[in-house]
Amino acid sequence: MTLITALIILGVLALIFGGILGYSAIKFKVDADPLVEQIDAILPQTQCGQCGYPGCKPYAEAIANGDEINKCPPGGEATIKQLADLMGVEPKPLDGDHGVEDIKKVAYIREAECIGCTKCIQACPVDAIIGASKQMHTVIIDECTGCDLCVAPCPVDCIDMLPVKETPKTWQWDLAHSPGEQLGDIPIKQVNS
Amino acid sequence: MIDANNVVQQITKGQLFDFAGGVHPPQQKSLSNTTPINTIAEPERLYIPVKQHIGVQGSIRVCIGQNVSKGEPLTTSGNPFAVPVHASTSGMVVEITEHPSAHPSGLPETTIIIEPDGHAQWQLMPVITDYFSEDKVTLLERICQAGISGLGGAGFPTHIKTNPQKPVECLIINGIECEPYISSDDRIMREHAWQIKQGINILRHIINPKQIIIAVEDNKPEAMDAIKTACIDDTSITIANVPTKYPAGGERQLIQVLTGEEVPHDGLPIDIGCLMYNVGTCYAIADAVLHGKALVQRVVTLTGQALKAPQNVWALLGTPIHHLLTVGDYDPQRQRSQKVIMGGPMMGFTVHNDLVPVVKITNCLLVPDREELPDIQDERPCIRCGLCADACPAGLLPQQLFWHSKAKEYDKAQAYNLDACIECGACAYVCPSEIPLVHYYRKAKSDIKHQAAEKEKSEKARERFETRQARLLADKQAREEKHRLAAEARKKAMEQKGGSDAKDKIAAALARAKAKRAAAQTNKDAEE
Repeated sequence: MTLITALIILGVLALIFGGILGYSAIKFKVDADPLVEQIDAILPQTQCGQCGYPGCKPYAEAIANGDEINKCPPGGEATIKQLADLMGVEPKPLDGDHGVEDIKKVAYIREAECIGCTKCIQACPVDAIIGASKQMHTVIIDECTGCDLCVAPCPVDCIDMLPVKETPKTWQWDLAHSPGEQLGDIPIKQVNS
Repeated sequence: MIDANNVVQQITKGQLFDFAGGVHPPQQKSLSNTTPINTIAEPERLYIPVKQHIGVQGSIRVCIGQNVSKGEPLTTSGNPFAVPVHASTSGMVVEITEHPSAHPSGLPETTIIIEPDGHAQWQLMPVITDYFSEDKVTLLERICQAGISGLGGAGFPTHIKTNPQKPVECLIINGIECEPYISSDDRIMREHAWQIKQGINILRHIINPKQIIIAVEDNKPEAMDAIKTACIDDTSITIANVPTKYPAGGERQLIQVLTGEEVPHDGLPIDIGCLMYNVGTCYAIADAVLHGKALVQRVVTLTGQALKAPQNVWALLGTPIHHLLTVGDYDPQRQRSQKVIMGGPMMGFTVHNDLVPVVKITNCLLVPDREELPDIQDERPCIRCGLCADACPAGLLPQQLFWHSKAKEYDKAQAYNLDACIECGACAYVCPSEIPLVHYYRKAKSDIKHQAAEKEKSEKARERFETRQARLLADKQAREEKHRLAAEARKKAMEQKGGSDAKDKIAAALARAKAKRAAAQTNKDAEE
């Protein structure tokens, strides 16, 4: 008798908890994996596919499922460090198979040579190239992520990847030089008191 | 919010407050402040950068070969944050090109090069003498059209600042000029106090503040006298004699000295009811309104022991520094290696090209000699002496900022309010280990700004990528749907035409194909 009572009680408890769990699974359902979103926010969103996945989001999903964190050349060391922090793993050097960290570049179309084939427009992951069939194409520089994907499809090789020009706004002090040797030094210490 | 009347009462009683920290570097003002501001010959060429203020640049409205008059605008824009630049003298536009900028980087930026014709023919704007009867908007428009941006150093567009959205308790005129060597504000106060006063009157009409305070540092007694004389019949203006200490001329520091209140580190002076103008800006405002002259020149201090004739000059904007060095009678023998500092010794930067032009915020060229410029020593480890924390006028912890900036732990540096650093250099000045602290802060600040910009850009790229993916998917679905509908329509049409007929046709076609194959097979067999 005691055995049956125990079984019944346990059974009822199991049903209640099962019900609660089932309810909360529906009620508090998380639409996407928040980890994926977090990883995606760290990735540089160049959508270049150098990691071997078709875009940053798919790579973020892959990392969430246990892929290596060092396959993103545009992000470089900084991104790897941030990913390592997020995932709680040791940072690794960039995987050379996927490319090397390079200075930031954007695409330029040599417009005189463009034949208007629209192949680069189709390749651009962020719709940063405008133009139409048999019309000259051009790159919206501000939207270009420098992913390189438009270079290969161009049948007349009229796309150049040019380094982003440094302006006084983007220029940074170089601390590698010892003071006094470089431009723009603040001379505070040089004035005798 | 401060109470202007209280503040003025305290100042008239001679009571001033103090700000934390600060240093007392040697003044060296007497080198340049003994002679009147010199009017100098025009240079052979003027290099006028199209952007000389904080904000956006206008679009160029002149072309190569065009003759321009003195004061004619060279750029134009509908953007409220754009301030035009003007031809500093009459002549011909000979080139519009990239030219080394008056910036620590020296990187080239778009510059209009003018060859003066020697006539200095003005193109004046209509003179507004009766400004009391003009409305605010007309005067603001004029200040903008005259190309005036803060001449104290930051270069913020004056017409934006002069149109505050909050009531102004205190209008403060900054005649402190706390940085060693520089004496341009000193000289302009001594010689043009009356015009500065006129500029203040115009600002008073536009802003309508409760009180006006002119602050002058106590190491400029002559300037103080001149200002007092100019304001002698105007009792509504209070003149404050501020003790000499670097950086008392910093906007936030001066407000603290005068009112005892601190401007919140993430706010603006207007948040506590203050608005501050440099004396040079007041002079330029009077010039623009009362004389119709655009901002085409400013006072520049030429100083340092390597100049035989240190002085203050009226330099046309765009004058290359080699021309000013000639005026100052530069003696290269007195220097170990050629070195010119634009700005003062605390906040200025070295320029490495003598074609860099004078711009709206250039107040000084310092050309120190060998003695003034001993060899720079290498940075040594921080010994945690704490002198920098004592010297910081913003009440920050320079050591912590240094560690975190050096280690690139920017979130921690920001937690220690790196943003509140005014880069005055007081910490680096007192550091016994010769650590260029301000370099580290500037680097960290620009890194942080850079990262934020990257983040914003990647966010935009992600959005565009996702929108594109969605569009491609929608296109694909639409295409498939169209094909499906077309197939269905075909099927239906076939059935409607009479299924048997169609089926017969198919059967006939199949039979034909079969016969053909059989024939081919027989042929092949026959050949074998």
